[in-house]
Amino acid sequence: MQRYSGFGLLKHSLSYHENWQRVWRNPTPKKKYDVIIIGAGGHGLATAYYLAKEHGITNVAVLEKGHLGGGNICRNTTIVRSNYLWDESAALYEHSMKLWEGLSQELNYNQMFSQRGVYHTCHTLGDLRTNERLVYANRLQGVDNEMVYADQLQKEIPALDCSKDARYPVLGASVQRRGGNARHDAVAWGYARAADALGVDLIQNCEVVDMEINDGKITGVKTKQYGVIKADRVGCVTAGNSGVMAKMAGFKLPVESHPLQALVSEPIKPFLDTVVMSNHVHGYMSQSDKGDLVIGAGIDGWVGYGQRGSYGIIEHTIQAIVELFPLTSRVRMNRQWGGIVDACPDASPILSETPVKNLFFNCGWGTGGFKGTPGSGNVFAHTLAHGKAHPLAEPFSINRFNTGALIDEHGAAGVAH
Amino acid sequence: MLHIYCPHCQELREEEEFHCSGEAHIARPLDPDNCTDAEWGEYIFFRKNPRGIQHEMWYHTTGCRKFFNVTRDTQTYEIKEVYKIGEQPKVVAEG
Repeated sequence: MQRYSGFGLLKHSLSYHENWQRVWRNPTPKKKYDVIIIGAGGHGLATAYYLAKEHGITNVAVLEKGHLGGGNICRNTTIVRSNYLWDESAALYEHSMKLWEGLSQELNYNQMFSQRGVYHTCHTLGDLRTNERLVYANRLQGVDNEMVYADQLQKEIPALDCSKDARYPVLGASVQRRGGNARHDAVAWGYARAADALGVDLIQNCEVVDMEINDGKITGVKTKQYGVIKADRVGCVTAGNSGVMAKMAGFKLPVESHPLQALVSEPIKPFLDTVVMSNHVHGYMSQSDKGDLVIGAGIDGWVGYGQRGSYGIIEHTIQAIVELFPLTSRVRMNRQWGGIVDACPDASPILSETPVKNLFFNCGWGTGGFKGTPGSGNVFAHTLAHGKAHPLAEPFSINRFNTGALIDEHGAAGVAH
Repeated sequence: MLHIYCPHCQELREEEEFHCSGEAHIARPLDPDNCTDAEWGEYIFFRKNPRGIQHEMWYHTTGCRKFFNVTRDTQTYEIKEVYKIGEQPKVVAEG
């Protein structure tokens, strides 16, 4: 792998940047792999990278129906934080956060990871109590999180309307200062490049249409383009399409797929150097380096696979944003899109063994998968390498929906991720 | 934006008036006290989540406040039919 550096940039400028090495190969799949990962999104590519890097398993293929990094990894609002309420989630997301902090160096690919802070605004006394509880829980877990109240908040974010005149006045906010955002495409491309360099085969335009299961044990997958490809173990990391994959394997999942929308405004002068989320009026926003406002909405309440949602959701979101930031009321929106998120009833992911031996699922990240990308890949790689769940992944077993040991992040993670 | 025909109001209304209550035709276990954890979990949490034809329950929240069923394609979002609770769908998924 050709390393990226300032010197390299200078060197290649002499040849008009025409001789850069291809970022990854485009191999034809082999007949058999040690591990097949279905889905070359952020989580799938991260899984492949850590399998090769930390577990020495390089005979790995990542099969992707479309093009690499073309699903939710390129559709999210790029927010990274780890201030979850329950110990199990905080441990998993904090594991992820620590990996984020060294990711650009590790992958030799600029993730543009910017720890600009993430604020959760409180608009009622109930909100304040919820967030204070969250802050205390996080401190006990060793995760940074703190409360700021209206006066201080107004100083930290001048554009945020903290006055008493607002329809839902902002009383304060919890803030995780290590939170922030990253460049979503760079995450997919960085992991893809690093995994490819370690020998992982990234197979694009290769749709899995069936699974080869004998005596309750998976032995390979059937693809549309290349027929059957054998594997000792298979990891399914297909986000919104996980239900479809589970049906192929002959079981059901406790997830439903919903459209989640986001939108981006025209570029305007920088005025917001952090991320602001509100569960109460429901909207979240940051400003990109280009000056666009990156705005996230809530999910549509019905099952949908169409990568688009209803207009009403956008309208509510924009109302919330204008409520929080009155100066945005005349900003025009440039683009709007949707992704398909697979939401679990307890708003926590599934990293689990399944009823089929040697088949593992990593799904159910719902609306908050982006921040989990490195941690998810890291623990899922361990799960695939050892054939049983990583200690951090154990509580996220599919069995929790039968035993009742849910990790109920709905109150804490809320709808806004 | 979905436009949904409420079989009770007998009018086409905007999605905003409704609330989707998820998969339809899920039968409550007849003997809940003797369900295994697996059966009870299945009833409460596990869903078909199909990519294609789905039968789902809708609630006319800001209208007549009655429930009814809708058959909808989850990929194209096209509503195939609307029918009352207790009735069976005419359009069903293959396989």
